[in-house]
Amino acid sequence: MADLIATRDGFGKELVKLGEENEKIVVVSADLEDATRADYFKKAFPDRFFTVGIAEQDMIGMAAGLSLQGFIVFTNSFAVFMTNRAYDMIRLDLCYNNCNVKVICSHAGVTVGEDGASAQCLEDLALMRVLPNMKVVCPVDSVEAAKATRVFANEFGPMYMRTSRAALPVLTAEGDIFEIGKATVMQKGSDATVIACGIMVSEALSAAEILKKDGITIKVVNMHTIKPIDEEMIIQSAKETGAIVTAEEHQMYGGLGSAVAEVVVKNCPVPMEMIAVNDTFGQSGSPQELLKYYHLKDIDIAEAVKRLVVKKL
Amino acid sequence: MSEIPNFEAIKVKANQVRKDILNLTNSAGCGHPGGSLSAVEILLSLYEYQMNVKPNEPDWAERDRLIVSKGHITPAVYAVLANYGFFSKEEYKLYRKFGGILQGHVHKKVPGVEFNTGSLGHGLSVANGIALGARLLNKNFKAYCLMGDGEIQEGSVWEAAMSASHYKLDNVCAIVDYNKIQENGPINEIKDLEPLADKWRSFGWHAVEVIGHNLKSLHEAFAQFGTKKGKPFVIIAHTIKGKGISFMEGEAKWHGKAPNNEQLKEALAELGGE
Repeated sequence: MADLIATRDGFGKELVKLGEENEKIVVVSADLEDATRADYFKKAFPDRFFTVGIAEQDMIGMAAGLSLQGFIVFTNSFAVFMTNRAYDMIRLDLCYNNCNVKVICSHAGVTVGEDGASAQCLEDLALMRVLPNMKVVCPVDSVEAAKATRVFANEFGPMYMRTSRAALPVLTAEGDIFEIGKATVMQKGSDATVIACGIMVSEALSAAEILKKDGITIKVVNMHTIKPIDEEMIIQSAKETGAIVTAEEHQMYGGLGSAVAEVVVKNCPVPMEMIAVNDTFGQSGSPQELLKYYHLKDIDIAEAVKRLVVKKL
Repeated sequence: MSEIPNFEAIKVKANQVRKDILNLTNSAGCGHPGGSLSAVEILLSLYEYQMNVKPNEPDWAERDRLIVSKGHITPAVYAVLANYGFFSKEEYKLYRKFGGILQGHVHKKVPGVEFNTGSLGHGLSVANGIALGARLLNKNFKAYCLMGDGEIQEGSVWEAAMSASHYKLDNVCAIVDYNKIQENGPINEIKDLEPLADKWRSFGWHAVEVIGHNLKSLHEAFAQFGTKKGKPFVIIAHTIKGKGISFMEGEAKWHGKAPNNEQLKEALAELGGE
């Protein structure tokens, strides 16, 4: 059994290491640093940590201003408050001005759990993906989140990272290479490909075990970068396996599934299914209850694969 | 304050900038003359003596920074920058037109422009960030932010106002071009700002009020910037929308409408010819 660690912890710890290495790294926060784990940085570097209180719009603008002076600025909040409330600031200040500001958001998806729908952001990937200059990453585990944090610090431009509140199984190793825009194959298979991000990668791996009993093998791809999407991986997978299921803890419209479908229809039309939240809001409950209710479980992925395997014939 | 500026010379420049504003909006067939004409003396005071900038070296590292938060007043901003030699007036031909650098809302591809704006209520937070950055770097340059009055109905402005005083950003100078008119009418009918100076004071700012077309008063106001340690500074500049052109003054309809050829002729005549 893999260790269970939230991706927010991978981010928080790596940011402290980066802070030691590079004094240009600063953090602007809006009173959720305890939850996003940016407070590790706050404790280590209080002089380079600035809170604006509960004011997400101000957080982004101030971050933009700091970046103009050569600072590498990490902002942080819950995904819903950041990407929804401060959208105009992210669009204009960060993306249109191409500022070197990193937007790190925890508490996305239904696995936020008990807090309910208002806090369960299900549209961040779609919102961030349509913005020019923005890169969008959703790490699979805490190890990958740490590597993504490092890349964010070292590469110029606005970037968005979705981290998790829920503890996720550690599926990657320290030595694995992480590159923005280069998806990784978690498991080989030939009957269909499941392209997933975040928590859904482990559900996909579990689906692979279920499908084995029916003699079906699937390729599982960890699409940690939603933008720029790894077109080559998608095209290759479509050609190899002839069917694609996408899986994300996000609205069905506009997120990973849409991004993959855009590549598929242009380059290599194959049957597709999308595992995602179907145009509805979340609710209170435990993460596992909610994943089940919204059909985001391994069994749902397995069923989708079976439907495609029949369709392919 | 070093020496007294030559106000007569600035007046001559103001007249020229107003002509440029009218010509620019007329040639584009669109744009925002009203709030441009109200900000002319403010902008000229900044560039004539207040801000430390080099027109021939717009990216000079030690320069003072101006964020034009009311990003629609490109006719005024571009005209002032061009008149100080940041770029050639040849660029005027493509104002608001395809392929030109002079975008409809301020854009940093224009030499002298620091930041792309256009959505209201953004600039003050950015200016705060610049000022905070200057402090972290032990730099002396200042961050200026020019805002519209209608703009400060945006809540984000007040988020930023709180941050500036919380962080004691006495290297921030905001200017509110208080021309009393917004797109759909008088501000005090749409959503009143008063008591405006007291609002800023209650947010921890050092606030002064001036007639924003009186060059001497503006000079005295700017001289107070930095005199109250630990406090951000704001000038509430009482101005007239459409200032200088009789038929535009105080008229909301000239917020976002260009003069046609006949109106241009009439307006230029009021300014003493082309």
